[in-house]
Amino acid sequence: MLTKRLIPCLDVKDGRVVKGQQFVNLKDQGDPVEMARAYNQAGADELVFLDITATREKREIMREMVLKVAECLFIPFTVGGGIAGIEDFRSLISAGADKISINSAAVRTPGLISRAAERFGSQAVVVAIDGRRRNSGGWKVLISGGTEETGLELVDWAQEAQERGAGELLLTSMDRDGSRDGYDLEMLKAVNQAVSIPVIASGGAGSPEHLYQAFAEGKADAALAASIWHQDIYSIKECKNYLAERGIPVRPVGEESGEEKEEKEEETLEEKNDGRE
Amino acid sequence: MIGVIDYGAGNLGNVARALNYLNCRTRIIGEPDVLSGIAGLVLPGVGSFASGVEGLKQRELFRPVKNYIFSGRPFLGICLGMQLLFQESRENTGLRGLGAFPGRCEKFSPGESGKVPHMGWNNLRVENKNSLLQQEDKLYLYFVHSYYLPVNPKIVLASTVYGGQRFMSAVNRERVWGLQPHPEKSGSRGLKILRNFVEVVNGDSNSSNRS
Repeated sequence: MLTKRLIPCLDVKDGRVVKGQQFVNLKDQGDPVEMARAYNQAGADELVFLDITATREKREIMREMVLKVAECLFIPFTVGGGIAGIEDFRSLISAGADKISINSAAVRTPGLISRAAERFGSQAVVVAIDGRRRNSGGWKVLISGGTEETGLELVDWAQEAQERGAGELLLTSMDRDGSRDGYDLEMLKAVNQAVSIPVIASGGAGSPEHLYQAFAEGKADAALAASIWHQDIYSIKECKNYLAERGIPVRPVGEESGEEKEEKEEETLEEKNDGRE
Repeated sequence: MIGVIDYGAGNLGNVARALNYLNCRTRIIGEPDVLSGIAGLVLPGVGSFASGVEGLKQRELFRPVKNYIFSGRPFLGICLGMQLLFQESRENTGLRGLGAFPGRCEKFSPGESGKVPHMGWNNLRVENKNSLLQQEDKLYLYFVHSYYLPVNPKIVLASTVYGGQRFMSAVNRERVWGLQPHPEKSGSRGLKILRNFVEVVNGDSNSSNRS
């Protein structure tokens, strides 16, 4: 059956990973290619590279990074941060990114969602939404890294993004982000009831239990996290084992011990399929 | 040399990159003239059934690709590229696909059991062992699609279940293979399948290993 995805998010500045796990076996901790490979081997199902480069002049560096990563990483990866228009989509997708995530630009120019979906397919368009809880109930949408109000109601905006052609939503709780107190499950549930596209939970993961809650209660399709894995508090494998023990379907870790490895000997002709699913 | 067909839809570069990673030389096929000397052909894909058929026709590739498939040389369709190998799709009724396999693509219905598209890692049950796909436990590959092919025992290599629906995740007849998941995005397991295809093609080029 379809498995729930665990997605580490890596912050990238000027083409270097500035926030990611300190893998002991890596020579160059900031090298996106080495980091991507290490996460692949650790069992990540997908990766998100978030460009936190401040200046637009340095955008070309991100494209070069994507080119290098795509040459040797063969799992899906998303690139986000500072995407302004259709040309950014074209540039990064042609370099090898599978999905592009847009946040502020989608709010400012909602037509960008549909234009990108028409041109590159909905599967390539991730709309990232930063939400903050209202005292009066519901959630408001913030942009520009949480500094700017939009007047949008989160569930309405999630629905609009889907209608305009988003293939996936990356839903971040600004209240929980960095707290390690767990995802905002009510927000996840509310959005999941309103849309029929996959939803990635983000903001607040601090333990495997939080991941479990996002899937079991929040009905998320994927969970994104940073510090829980970057600071090596829990490994992806530990998290997946925890989830599997509690009945959440996950892709087993340990399949990724290296592409160059010699193949195992042929199994016997008579070996019967055990009907597993 | 393996050709990767470019019909203008989506990101075809990743399949070529994966083949290059496996030390296989590739040529992007965007017009019929460059098909000569190609020992194996890959039809990758994202986008709609119509955009695939029309993209091939606009580039005058539809007929040459169909001829190539029926010539018995190795051919691999991936995702939409697999669906295009069939006769038709609910996505765009009235439009004919390449017709290498009988059947019609159906649409997943969203509901309790699953969202559409079917996106993420799912496992394959190998129904028939083959040079491309060996019997493997825990074979998880990455899928992104909204339409599926119902199981046809005559051509099925592997099947997968989503939203309570079992569908064909890999098909084969003679030298033509189709894969619904993306081997170029499925880590080492996916690369292994691509390598198997490269070996089929190389076996042909060396005119040996034909069994």
